[in-house]
Amino acid sequence: MPKRTDIHKIVVIGSGPIIIGQAAEFDYAGSQACLALREEGYEVILINSNPATIMTDKESADRVYIEPITEEFVARILRKEQPDALLATLGGQTGLNMAMKLAESGLLDELHIELLGTRLEAIRKAEDRDQFKQLMLDLNEPIPSSAIVHTVQEALDFAKINGYPVIVRPAYTLGGTGGGICDKADTLQGIVENGLKLSPVHQCLIETSIAGYKEIEYEVMRDKHDNAIVVCNMENFDPVGIHTGDSIVFAPCQTLTDVEHQMLRNASLKIIRALKIEGGCNVQLALDPHSFAYFVIEVNPRVSRSSALASKATGYPIAKIAALIAVGLTLDEIRNPVTKTTTAQFEPSLDYVVAKIPRWPFDKFQNANRRLNTQMKATGEVMAIGRNIESALLKAIRSLELGVHHIWIKEVQNASDEQLSLKLIKAEDDRIFFIAEAFRRGYSVDEITILTKIDAYFLDAIQHIVDLETQARNEVLSLPMLKTLKRYGFVDETIASLWNTDETTIRNLRLQEGIVPVYKMVDTCAAEFASKTPYFYASYDIETESVRSQRERVIVLGSGPIRIGQGIEFDYATVHCVRALRALNYEAIVINSNPETVSTDFSIADKLYFEPLVLEDVMHVIDLEKPLGVIVQFGGQTAINLAQGLHERGVKILGTSVDDLDRCEDRKRFEAALRAIQIVQPKGSAAKSQIDAIAIAKQLGYPVLVRPSYVIGGRAMEIIHSTDQLEHYLSRNPIINTNRPLLVDRYVQGIELEVDAISDGTSILIPGIMEHIERAGVHSGDSMAVYPPQNLSLELKAKITQITRQLALELRCIGIMNIQFVIKDNEVYVIEVNPRASRTVPFLSKVTGIPMAELATRIILGEKLIDMTYGLDLYPESARIHVKAPVFSFTKLSDVDAYLGPEMKSTGEVMGSDVSLEKALYKAFNASGIEIQDHGQVLFTIDDANKDEASHLAQRFVRLGYSLLATEGTAHKLQEHDIPSQHVAKQGDSDQFTIIDHIENNKVVLIVNTMGPESKHYEDGVRIRSIATARGIPLFTSLDTVAAILRVLEAKAFNLEALT
Amino acid sequence: MRERILVLEDGTVFHGQGFGSMNACRGELVFTTGMTGYQEAITDLSYTGQIITFTYPLIGNTGINRDDHESIQPGCTAIVVHELARRASNWRNNQPLETFLEQKGIVGIAGIDTRALTRKIREFGTMRAAIVDADIHPEPLIQELNTLVLDQNQVKQVSTRTPYPLPGTGLRVVVLDFGLKHSILRELAKRNCACVILPHTASVEDILEHYPDGVLLSNGPGDPKDVPLAIDTIRVLLGQVPVFGICLGHQLLALASGADTFKLRYGHRGLNHPVKEIASAKHFFTSQNHGYAVDPESIEGTGLRVTHIEFNDGSIEGLRHREFPAFSVQFHPDATPGPHDALSLFDTFMEMMETNKEKQHA
Repeated sequence: MPKRTDIHKIVVIGSGPIIIGQAAEFDYAGSQACLALREEGYEVILINSNPATIMTDKESADRVYIEPITEEFVARILRKEQPDALLATLGGQTGLNMAMKLAESGLLDELHIELLGTRLEAIRKAEDRDQFKQLMLDLNEPIPSSAIVHTVQEALDFAKINGYPVIVRPAYTLGGTGGGICDKADTLQGIVENGLKLSPVHQCLIETSIAGYKEIEYEVMRDKHDNAIVVCNMENFDPVGIHTGDSIVFAPCQTLTDVEHQMLRNASLKIIRALKIEGGCNVQLALDPHSFAYFVIEVNPRVSRSSALASKATGYPIAKIAALIAVGLTLDEIRNPVTKTTTAQFEPSLDYVVAKIPRWPFDKFQNANRRLNTQMKATGEVMAIGRNIESALLKAIRSLELGVHHIWIKEVQNASDEQLSLKLIKAEDDRIFFIAEAFRRGYSVDEITILTKIDAYFLDAIQHIVDLETQARNEVLSLPMLKTLKRYGFVDETIASLWNTDETTIRNLRLQEGIVPVYKMVDTCAAEFASKTPYFYASYDIETESVRSQRERVIVLGSGPIRIGQGIEFDYATVHCVRALRALNYEAIVINSNPETVSTDFSIADKLYFEPLVLEDVMHVIDLEKPLGVIVQFGGQTAINLAQGLHERGVKILGTSVDDLDRCEDRKRFEAALRAIQIVQPKGSAAKSQIDAIAIAKQLGYPVLVRPSYVIGGRAMEIIHSTDQLEHYLSRNPIINTNRPLLVDRYVQGIELEVDAISDGTSILIPGIMEHIERAGVHSGDSMAVYPPQNLSLELKAKITQITRQLALELRCIGIMNIQFVIKDNEVYVIEVNPRASRTVPFLSKVTGIPMAELATRIILGEKLIDMTYGLDLYPESARIHVKAPVFSFTKLSDVDAYLGPEMKSTGEVMGSDVSLEKALYKAFNASGIEIQDHGQVLFTIDDANKDEASHLAQRFVRLGYSLLATEGTAHKLQEHDIPSQHVAKQGDSDQFTIIDHIENNKVVLIVNTMGPESKHYEDGVRIRSIATARGIPLFTSLDTVAAILRVLEAKAFNLEALT
Repeated sequence: MRERILVLEDGTVFHGQGFGSMNACRGELVFTTGMTGYQEAITDLSYTGQIITFTYPLIGNTGINRDDHESIQPGCTAIVVHELARRASNWRNNQPLETFLEQKGIVGIAGIDTRALTRKIREFGTMRAAIVDADIHPEPLIQELNTLVLDQNQVKQVSTRTPYPLPGTGLRVVVLDFGLKHSILRELAKRNCACVILPHTASVEDILEHYPDGVLLSNGPGDPKDVPLAIDTIRVLLGQVPVFGICLGHQLLALASGADTFKLRYGHRGLNHPVKEIASAKHFFTSQNHGYAVDPESIEGTGLRVTHIEFNDGSIEGLRHREFPAFSVQFHPDATPGPHDALSLFDTFMEMMETNKEKQHA
């Protein structure tokens, strides 16, 4: 049956901003799907609020709407576009939920829009706990005893009958938001209460815990002719109890016999057939490690994070095939894009093992609860491919960029045996390191199996690594041992430390003896058929399959796992760089370790090496490919950090030179450069010790801004108001030395501006200046930004352009750079220069129409701005106003303070564009999920310094008809301004009705909470903020954001005045 | 572990570590792409005389259990793996793979670049190969391999010597054993058949004296033309009793009907071979293990029609006789290892026997 010809125009819904549980994998899925549909000749209309994606490039669809994925806006677009069909199964839970809303509201019927792919009934059957349970019963597929509860009492009753522990899963929430395992009544009460609130349908599933079972996933696909296939299965290293997004995962399954595999395969196929899914589907199963008993845990009737992983792990492009199935094609009609000779009706056979490790944000959120459970907490993940478990695991560990290249972190050595046991029993993000430590301390596989419930097979692989360490330490350096260590994934650095020598000695010895990796192809068929997939991984084996081409080759380094501060934006820039290289007829070669992204789709570059972004691994690829050079500007700090090492090994870094990169990063040299061109920056210097830091701060005068050098996303950056506070900071961030100085600057509170510029060494192009809504002090990644700037005089624009030009030329920037400014009293201060593509490149590229990464790439390869069509200096501003707003994932991370400061906390971003600032702001707030009710209570709790300013804002709320709640001091100040407010007690003030009670009673619709230098109310603030987050009440910690939201509310409101 | 080498007839030498039996061995080198089921593969008698390369690099993970054997005494000569598990882990594990191999006299070699080896087999076809200690000079061995005549009597080596029953109360099936996999018997037992398993040399009389409702031609190793007697026997059986052929049994049915078979370059060995049933246009994934196939050019005029084809290379996967109640498949509907997608073919056989029985009574 060929593709459908009765539909022509298809609307695709994306997944919106990146949040924990819904990340870059949907950009990969969505862009693949759009491309596939366009290739089939359909007109594709895309809706997605996330500007930082390849999918929202105007080339991705016939028309791209970067608009909020809310019923209001999607309905408008549907009415305007009048499409024939809607495809929502590629936009994650967001897309799916939106499709269900539109269907339920009757809009799809009214506009005669057909829902493509999986039918609504199937989605409901899979998503609705009751219906799913019934379906499983009908199919005779086992599920854990469970109940749907609508009240806390029902949950307690269930647990009383079936026993603890029980698992709570709120219905229709992302990444298991609000779920958890409870082993006693009071935790159950809390979790269910919250879960009911978070669930859009106010229901939770409660079930007997099967924690400790093997967690197995099957990625299955089906077409309308009932052809069904298993693309891949995966086995979680961590047993049931830890969200699969937070589990280390291996593909394919390792500890299943064929009997068990076929049993679960049959179950998965039976389920996808019963659900009549047309497209991809993920089936999660729990298998008893001691019998054939198994349970079906969950079915996702759409492409997912797991399907992205399965696609990268096998080479089988699930999203693309799902899109083609949605328009009526069948698996046997679709070509297998890997072999090109077989069809998509194919089950891949792997001849390698894939390891995935999640990347958690706990390096930034040191106070967060690191305990892993059914609530996903990871922001990203890495994948590694090897020909044994050990090498895949070690590759994945070093891809995490935790500062270690082996299964060892320094925290393990100080742990007492008791702490160690606890670390094994109660899994946190770093458990794997403690497992290795336990082996070093002589624990046996069986002992650790009992403590962790992890399968002995996997534990043995870790024991093997530890055994090899010991063996190497006890032997003198020998070639056979060296070969063995390399075969099992050890890096030279680790080997050198085992043999008390240095890395270079080991590397030179290896090169001399020809102990180098070969590159194997990922071909979906275990070499059974000839294949030309340009997708490779390293292995210490005999035969290499990657052949150096005759063309001029350029290597582009990707940005590794997605983490706070280094997100999908860098993958966006990487992909654009690669496309530009290909257009210039270079062979573009990508090295990256992130399975979620577009850049690791093997059809993007001419060649993809799925390898860690670690010097040794990168050098091996370079040794083979002998490229013209390496581009590091687009892969974020990950790639930049590799530049020096590559340079030292004689590799040419294309674009801005390594020396000039260093001039931006090295404080002293940077200051010298600024002095040379007489540019002001806030006074400050680099402290090389703790005493030094305190002295510098005293000399500068408080407040000061402190941050370690060479970090991503302002990690550990803080504004410090007193010596006491500084000492506290230093106690938490103790390592300061000559190599890792602490930067201490005077803190200038003014308007913050940001510029991304392209420079060819003689001239520059600034596509646009972005103005931050929040004053300096909130990290630029967490600020709302407006383009074009709203409060900037022509003179200041000219001045910024001039400074940018001076900086670009002085720092000899070739390619792209990012500069952050603060303006105070008409004085322009430079606060930061990044000699690389920044987080704002996709946003600015989209709003200005200038393909920045492409231009920068062309310049890096020798073109000049003057020969291009975009002019020089500041590009003319657009009439339309664009607002970029951050999106946070605080609901997923308990104990992370939602207060915004110099350290970045957002996980994603959205864009709102319209003809006026208010409308653009409205869209931006809406798209980021902030909805403010038009009446109700607004709670103000404000620090002393901000009380006056806050009073004016409070007044504006009153005028709009809101009533005010305020804490004592704030209420007092409001009274001074004649603003009526109800005084509420802070927690612990007395036994009066407290803030918390008000919030719990659902009367508060918005909270404004600021924090001052006096930290005495800090704990209260944290409590208020965490309750606000948990209850989903809009919370603002910057008065500037409040002013922005007021502009929106005022623009929306009608003026009510009585006759006078 | 003992250093050993794998030597190919084209002169290639791979170094690895020995496990299992430490005998010197020679055989036909093949590869299988299944990611699970090494126990079933090793005990599958269709591999008799062969050296099996596993393309999946991690072998031995689940050990060997008492339940998943496909024969009592396996016939394969050796196995080649990338990585042998240090520790087997599965609740049914009874012994490590290497111990089992040692007991059964099967040679193992680990640490081989199995992907490089597979690519070689893919390009040059299945090869003669040997596994010996690393201190043996490979040159004379290579010469020997080049003139080595591989066994042609594998069926004789593995077929049962004496008949034996598999009691049941249902349909009576005679199973001709050419290297029978236990899973075929499991499927028949599930359907309550009363079976008699006969040696490959059984004559028409030997078969008919059991008054069977049907005859199942089992899988087995090697070239179907190496068992000419059986071909003659099947020719006579056709039309007298329903016949179901599996794998080698399928090739024998084709030869008995007048079609021809040929040797594939590197065969079909794996668990993911897509097969299309022509009548229904349905697809299954099948378990396969064969080095020979039925020649499509030879079908015309034989009374056979093609019922199934392999979806990748279009080769013949199923045949049905136009006049007589007889059909066969090249793949393993009994799976084990492999997908269960085609298990219902055993039901087809049951129906065919029932229908035939009714006709006889009518």
